[in-house]
Amino acid sequence: MRVRKLLCGVFALVCFVCSASSSAAQDTTQYIDITNPFLRKIPLAIPMFKNVNGAAAEAEYSRKAVELMSGSLDFTGYFKILDRSAFLFDPQKGGVSATDINFQNWTVVGAELLITGLFEQSGDNIQMELRLFDPFKSRQVLGKRYAGSVSELRKMVLRFCAEVIYYLTGNKGIFNSRIAFVSTGSGKKEIYTCDFDGVNPTRLTYHESISLFPAWADDGQYLAYTSYKAGKPDIFVRNLNTKKETAIAQNGINITPAWVPGKFEMAATLSFSGNQEIYLLTGAGKVIKKLSSNRGSNVSPSWSPDGSKLAFVSDRSGSPQIYILDLGSGNESRLTFEGKYNTQPAWSPRGDKIVYTSQVNGFQQVFVIDAGGQSPMQLTRDAGGSESASWSPDGSLIVFTTHREGPYRLYVMTAFGTDQRRLLLLNGEQTNPKWSPGVFN
Amino acid sequence: MQKKLWMVVALLLVMPGLLFMVSCQKKVAAQAPPVAKAAEAPKPAPAPAPAPAPMMATPAFMTDRVFFDFDKSALKMEAQALLKKKAEWLKSTANAKLTIEGNCDERGTAEYNMALGERRAQSAKKFLVDLGIDAKRITTISYGKERPIDPAHNEAAWSKNRNDGFVVSY
Repeated sequence: MRVRKLLCGVFALVCFVCSASSSAAQDTTQYIDITNPFLRKIPLAIPMFKNVNGAAAEAEYSRKAVELMSGSLDFTGYFKILDRSAFLFDPQKGGVSATDINFQNWTVVGAELLITGLFEQSGDNIQMELRLFDPFKSRQVLGKRYAGSVSELRKMVLRFCAEVIYYLTGNKGIFNSRIAFVSTGSGKKEIYTCDFDGVNPTRLTYHESISLFPAWADDGQYLAYTSYKAGKPDIFVRNLNTKKETAIAQNGINITPAWVPGKFEMAATLSFSGNQEIYLLTGAGKVIKKLSSNRGSNVSPSWSPDGSKLAFVSDRSGSPQIYILDLGSGNESRLTFEGKYNTQPAWSPRGDKIVYTSQVNGFQQVFVIDAGGQSPMQLTRDAGGSESASWSPDGSLIVFTTHREGPYRLYVMTAFGTDQRRLLLLNGEQTNPKWSPGVFN
Repeated sequence: MQKKLWMVVALLLVMPGLLFMVSCQKKVAAQAPPVAKAAEAPKPAPAPAPAPAPMMATPAFMTDRVFFDFDKSALKMEAQALLKKKAEWLKSTANAKLTIEGNCDERGTAEYNMALGERRAQSAKKFLVDLGIDAKRITTISYGKERPIDPAHNEAAWSKNRNDGFVVSY
């Protein structure tokens, strides 16, 4: 926590570069409706930044910043990043602010959005002025200045990307989020995390056992997971700051933790009673009450974002299907009726959809269904199968694991199943991805 | 579902008992080898850690696996026959303890399979307890689909990987 505060202090992201035109942006219509499945990608031009000092090192950092910005905004799936070689613009000669820009040069290449940058690096210090324009309206819609150390370049660029996405969608986006997953790179299943875009993979556990099913708490400070490190499947709750862990190790299985939105409580499957029931637990593992009420297997809880409902898997019908428990009334209703094997529900951050895994022709595939049970839709169709879907914190993207390349790899797609691409390439196989809430600085 | 499962288990429990009562003992013996063979095939995998030299060697059938159908935890006839043999031996070897490890094939999803593996281990435990073995002598653990004995991706491998493994300790 102290480290985080320090970092925030060191790189001061500063003020609107041009506040007059920025405030005008508030009453424009929303550029991107992220609930629209037929979204057209917006052509976005990001020319090379204008470098202030002109030194070789500065040019190199500047190029890195442009590439990171292009890659990160492309990652969202909202944009078509235009090819720089088509631009009628020399960044070193042209200006970066509205008065200096010939917007016709941009409308003629079809750019509906333009980002310019003024970049300065000296020693360990970097300063950037970043601006977003609407060339067809010939005006600046967003402007920010950032200052920080060289090591904070990525953080500064991602801050601006977040501003761009917030301006265009009204949503805070994904750039502060991380993804927890399981990897067998060391020969055993261990928990790892990486940034939203697969960068900075970090190994979290060294149990040399079987560790899986990571689950982020809402505040991003705790990660619960299941591990065989004591010889059988127990849940461990790790404080990510202190690295301290508490174990939930009742008799039988202790698996599939899922944090209650906004609380230090979780739902999880425990079988100490002889039945595999879902319990509500404190973050320290004390049983508050039993939530499921059916003999047989009850696993894989996933909370609705308001915490009023719980999706979970039960085999009460003779095969695994997804059910919804309404905590207020105690009613349990079946959600999935198509297919004989439906598991791994994950409630969307907006609450309207549930993504899940269904077995089709012997392979697992990712599906999405309305939370009311209508319109199940298949999102993956690859040979080999895909599973374990998890929503990005803004609900725009889904991370999952797929067998399509042979070994299991993490892939990302839009909430509508488009733009499926590999997230990262690591040794071993990667499974069980869980996208964090967007709370990291 | 649960009720139906219980009835199936009960039936499976009673039926073979009746069968074996009227038929001769040889049939049991004749049935055992194929079960043992099926169980041995997948065993290039490391053998369970040997217990510190007991007075009497643990017979091979005690570590032979029993096999299940996809997404099922009900014991098949061969499984019951093998478990009866195990029960007889456990009765005659009072100091022996048994760990039953439930396993699944890779086709299902990991979370549900961890639950299914536990039910498979519990099925075998319940069968042994019903035959008079003290429940305290038996522990169960589910490995879900985390420990396949055959890593191939075909029906032959899957049918081997849907099993209960057995570890004897003293």
